[in-house]
Amino acid sequence: MDAETATAVTVAAAEQEALISGSEAVAVASRLADVDVITAYPIRPYDTMMQYVAKQIANGEQDAEYIVAESEHSQFEIAKHASAVGARALCGSSGVGWCYAFEAIAVTPALRLPLLAMVGNRALDDPGAFGTEHNDALAARDLGWMHVWVDTAQEALDVTLIAYRVAEDRRVFLPCAISTDGAFLTHSQALVKIPPRAWVDEFLPRYDRGDLRFHPDNPITIAPQVNEDWLMEIRRQTDQAMRNARGVLEEAYRDFRRIFNRDYGNPFFEEYYTDDAEIVLVGMGTLSMPVKVVIRKLRAEGQRVGFVRVRWFRPFDYERLGGLLSRFQAVGVVDRDFSMGSPYNSGVLANEIRATLYGQPKQPPVVSFITGLGGREVTIPNVREMFEHTRKAAETGASPRDTLWIGVRA
Amino acid sequence: MARTISVEVVYRGIFQKTLAKNICRGIVLAARKEGKIGIAFGRYGDSPERNGIPAKNFAIVAPDEETLQLSMAQYEPAETDITIAVDDTLCKGVESWAWYGLQPINEKIREGGTLVVTSTLPAGEIVKFCHTKAHPYRLAVIPGIPSFSGLWVYKDDHTDVRILGALPKVCPDLVSLDAMLAAIKDEWKSDLKVTSARRSYEQTTTRTVGPGEGNPEVPYKFDLPGWTRMREGVTIEGMKLGEPIQFGGQVGGYRPQRNPYFKKYTTRTMRPVIDFDKCIKCTLCWLQCPDSCFDVMPDQTYDLNAEACCGCGVCEAVCPVDGCITMVNESAFTDNKSQWEMWKTNKDAYRQWVAEKIGCRPERSHGFRYKGQYEEQVASMGAASGGGQGGGE
Repeated sequence: MDAETATAVTVAAAEQEALISGSEAVAVASRLADVDVITAYPIRPYDTMMQYVAKQIANGEQDAEYIVAESEHSQFEIAKHASAVGARALCGSSGVGWCYAFEAIAVTPALRLPLLAMVGNRALDDPGAFGTEHNDALAARDLGWMHVWVDTAQEALDVTLIAYRVAEDRRVFLPCAISTDGAFLTHSQALVKIPPRAWVDEFLPRYDRGDLRFHPDNPITIAPQVNEDWLMEIRRQTDQAMRNARGVLEEAYRDFRRIFNRDYGNPFFEEYYTDDAEIVLVGMGTLSMPVKVVIRKLRAEGQRVGFVRVRWFRPFDYERLGGLLSRFQAVGVVDRDFSMGSPYNSGVLANEIRATLYGQPKQPPVVSFITGLGGREVTIPNVREMFEHTRKAAETGASPRDTLWIGVRA
Repeated sequence: MARTISVEVVYRGIFQKTLAKNICRGIVLAARKEGKIGIAFGRYGDSPERNGIPAKNFAIVAPDEETLQLSMAQYEPAETDITIAVDDTLCKGVESWAWYGLQPINEKIREGGTLVVTSTLPAGEIVKFCHTKAHPYRLAVIPGIPSFSGLWVYKDDHTDVRILGALPKVCPDLVSLDAMLAAIKDEWKSDLKVTSARRSYEQTTTRTVGPGEGNPEVPYKFDLPGWTRMREGVTIEGMKLGEPIQFGGQVGGYRPQRNPYFKKYTTRTMRPVIDFDKCIKCTLCWLQCPDSCFDVMPDQTYDLNAEACCGCGVCEAVCPVDGCITMVNESAFTDNKSQWEMWKTNKDAYRQWVAEKIGCRPERSHGFRYKGQYEEQVASMGAASGGGQGGGE
């Protein structure tokens, strides 16, 4: 046994296994990261996170200011202000609750407040619905929030720690939304490795707000009114912070691998059987399970198919993702969201992928799919169907002129 | 005529917003009577919708749509044919927002253009307020008390039509008197307002202001920082602590730091005059001033820092001593010098100065209570009104 393997075994032995859901994993991460202020207002399916935080605090395992506000608007505002005075802060919501916090959400990036929000992805009411749709988190996609979609409870825990490290980096100072698919991740429990606190302490430095800290010892005014002479410069600063986040993310994932011995590869997207693939599907979140299962079946039948799961939606790694996708004969993009009236009537991700490919010397056909809305299951036959459409586009070399709805009753 | 004519109305925020809008509307509607085309618009801002900070409205008149679009493609005209100051104290210059510095009232007036001022002062006194220009321009005075009748409810004191009536006289290229009167009749359905406009046409006098004539002060200004130099997080550094004051051999008291990029004093239409002999050092003016304008002097009296004062009058209202603080029309002053230092240097001269200044209590129109009141006002202005030095043209 060489030294490196020996270290890995010691490391692995120090972790504890627990059966928890994705939202509970975020709550556990908040305990490990010693979050100072946690604000909450219940809405399904995100509320599974706040319940677990309450339990940890009640059990004496976690020490945090836990504030159940009277609305999402208030809980996001409180988290914002906590972050401004130098406290590590966590909030979260789902669906229309996230929308109700939108005034606070919109102003957080310019103020450069690195709080985290868990979004339990949920369809926007009406009609009253509570299953997964990504439109809630995506409503804030352009505002300067970092956005990440996780796939497993383990990733939810790990990414929460990574997101604090990136958000609280002085070069970034941006808020981050962690999207967990409602029900599939928020309400299903899986075995998760919980790292010891010492590793987290090594990985995650103290949140130091420096000269931006709102404190009597550092008298500043935050968010005065400005006119047209100032706002564009402020937007450009936020833009620069998001650009910086790309490099800081890479650093954080490298360090995470070193300390926690878990390797996520490229931080921005996960590749599954892409090396020799002719066609791939692209998607976000828990969609990966049925897709990966179908890929294994199709590969057994001799089809060279693969999957790319976009992990970080903002910042978007358009350079590397574009380079990767341009290699394939056709790309199918699976949206668990919609963007009514958009080009090709597609979802949000599909048009991001089209834009990403535009800068590439070679552009494979793109087939866009909308499926699994409102928490509807994306079945194995659904995935097979999407691969068949993508295969057809590869054969003809032409992109369909419209988006295909998969699994909708006609 | 086949040229574009740009008119700028400089006004005092919420108090004169409707007035400025009415003037610009009237200009475009009158020009329309002669087949010209125009646009009336305001320089959008939040503060002038809430308080008395100086702001601008514009009317652009052009011979045809395409020519007008040349002006519509930019927010503000680069130069104006007419700049209207609806309050004579605006002639000292305006600072509309932080980092703008002080903009001379005549900054945009082109060579041969006209500054139109509503005032009871003679033209020669008004010229002293205005910053010097390298080229000649004209100054037109409409005799009258500046109107502040627009807060919440617009009390119509005919200031709008008096200014409109003067325009055909100062710039016949813009519009004829007949067209202007017809537009006023259409817009307000009032023969009385038409009469007011016609009288103003007759009473308005104009003189030429030569190159280099006026206030020689170089207006303060700042460079706007780029995004790489600005503080992040939409934050502004707090004020540092102030320092004791030195005067002669005396050291003591306290002068707070003040925003160097936004002095605010051009918002002022009146300022406090302090009779230091009467001061009982009660601290109320210093405590209650919303802009921290008062410095604590070495002898524990309170001196006004006139660069920070926006003239709200709270100090006069809270001062418990009769005649200790008196608000005086800003047009009675030509500088921001320390009153306390004047008092310390020569008490008798200062007492005489105070007596003279407090004779100039602010007078403003807040609308008329009876017919003929304006004529009484103009008559009371006496020989000083209108004509001024230099005479008419």
